[in-house]
Amino acid sequence: MKELLSIEKLHKTFKLSSKQQKLEHTNSKYKVAVDDISFKAYKGEVFGLLGPNGAGKTTTLRMLATLIKPDGGDAILDGASIVNAADKVRQKIGFLTSELKLEEYFTPNYLYDFFSELHNVPENIRETRKQEIFGLFGIGKFAEVKVADLSTGMKQKVSLAISIVHDPDIIIFDEPTNGLDVLTARVVTDFIQTLKERGKTVIVSTHIFSLIERVCDRVGIIINGKMILCDTLDNIKAGQSLEDRFFDIYKETVGTEA
Amino acid sequence: MKNTIITILKKELKRFFSDKRMAFTTILLPGIMIFVMYNFMGDAFSDMMTVDDEYVYSVESVNMPESIKAMLDSAGMSGGLKDTDAQSGEKAKKELENKDGALDLYIVFPENFENDIAVYNSTSGDKAPQVEIYYNSASTESQTAYEMFIEMMDSYESSMANKFDVNPDSDVQYDLANEKDAAATVFSSLLPMLLLMFIFSACMSIGPESISGEKERGTIATMLVTPAKRSHIALGKIIALSIIALLSGISSTLGTMLSLPKITGAGEEGIEANVYSAQDYILLAVIILSTVLLIVTLISIISAFARSTKEAGTYIMPLMIVVMLVGLSGMFSDGAKTELYNYVIPIYNSVQCMTGVFSFEIIPFGMLLTVITNIIYTGIGVFVLTRMFNDERIMFNK
Repeated sequence: MKELLSIEKLHKTFKLSSKQQKLEHTNSKYKVAVDDISFKAYKGEVFGLLGPNGAGKTTTLRMLATLIKPDGGDAILDGASIVNAADKVRQKIGFLTSELKLEEYFTPNYLYDFFSELHNVPENIRETRKQEIFGLFGIGKFAEVKVADLSTGMKQKVSLAISIVHDPDIIIFDEPTNGLDVLTARVVTDFIQTLKERGKTVIVSTHIFSLIERVCDRVGIIINGKMILCDTLDNIKAGQSLEDRFFDIYKETVGTEA
Repeated sequence: MKNTIITILKKELKRFFSDKRMAFTTILLPGIMIFVMYNFMGDAFSDMMTVDDEYVYSVESVNMPESIKAMLDSAGMSGGLKDTDAQSGEKAKKELENKDGALDLYIVFPENFENDIAVYNSTSGDKAPQVEIYYNSASTESQTAYEMFIEMMDSYESSMANKFDVNPDSDVQYDLANEKDAAATVFSSLLPMLLLMFIFSACMSIGPESISGEKERGTIATMLVTPAKRSHIALGKIIALSIIALLSGISSTLGTMLSLPKITGAGEEGIEANVYSAQDYILLAVIILSTVLLIVTLISIISAFARSTKEAGTYIMPLMIVVMLVGLSGMFSDGAKTELYNYVIPIYNSVQCMTGVFSFEIIPFGMLLTVITNIIYTGIGVFVLTRMFNDERIMFNK
């Protein structure tokens, strides 16, 4: 299998304000959010990042998406380094996270065209892709409704469609089913599977076990900024349910660290 | 890749112009408001400063000779004339002072005024006969009556011993300032400051919304994960904001130019904006364009730094005060400065150039220098803004 993503000792530290220091009960001015995380992902595979809130999943993905820069380490996405060639990385990836919002004033149709233009997608290709993805998610019905007037689920579908206007080979989804009802969540899970079938590499972060079990080939478990375990889904489960296994691992890790 | 600038530019303009309310309040409203307000103010001023034609002046006089009464009569001021004696003086003065009666003037002549002036010899060194006029300058009517009466007495005096006249011919125009000079004085003292104010407030009303607003709402991050160059995003936004600010500026300027003759009360004397040639307007447009670019860039940088639109508004205030003060400097300066170093100081150079254009004292090299330096400052600003868009601490400082 072709290696499409190689993450080497990615490191990120945040400065804490005095208020945050109190909240975290620490005297240290810095918090290590991502502590030398390394993993690889291959073409046509879905890689899951599993961990509790604040473990560093989102920070890792934000670094991969070049929104923030690592303090140490590097990641090579399809030959492009996030440190030295952020522009190239942006062409190769699609990124979805709750932090990226769509301008509420515009319609899905307009936004789709706008982001296609920013990605330099030729007009004829854009139209074909738009029809396909709008059809898949049922966006056609509300394509001309302002984003402000859409429901959470509809917005998420539009965000999904827009994150992949340029048909990238690497797709990074940060908590893609958060806050969605079961129907929309199902659409998202099915879509991840479709992407996989098309040979795309998908990185998904989540704390929802069922999502991981349904779509992921390999899983990395992150706790307190460290990659505790990274293996195939079956190896990690080791015959147990993923949920039970995760709690065992969590107890071992936090227990030994405390 | 240049397309990105156009794409961002189109999006910003669409965002602005398809929001009818925003477009109206930013572009049309300022011009209309200024026009209506200035006209209203002009009318109110002239109403305040003039006395109704039908008004009957109330005048009390002591020992007023018949000849002067006749003059008052022919001037139409005798309607409220009342003879009184010296004893009532204190009461009349009190009434004038407190403005609590109808009285406008209280005039005291010497007992034998006509006789006294007939025998008085100005070379004798004796004290000349005295006429005392009491009035209250805080009352428009009293002040007007006073001025009219003084004028009357002047002509009365000169009719007695006419040795020479000054500017006697009403058909001759003695004031040799032409229309152009009159316009230059009015426009060059007021417009540079007003224009700067209009441009600044236009930029202020849209800049924070477009940059801090997008940052606050997380929509700029969506653009930042696309391959669009940060510099292109910055340029696209700055150009779009400049276009909107210019339109708003044009609207305000039109409102002002159309109502200035009224507010300066010079309507009849013909102070018109049409004394300026097309070339003057083109020069002005170039200066304003470069100034708008600079101001938009400054406001964009401040907005990018701020965490929210509200915060941006607070940060912009000090800049606004500085810009206003610089604008005011043009009001008190006597024409455009000739020393070239004045033309490299941002904002100040624009005020100098505008003053130059409006007072017909264009300093070509100064203008050129202004436009070039403004573009250089804008370039530096775009560079800074690009760096800021690249800086996660600035773009994601929640």
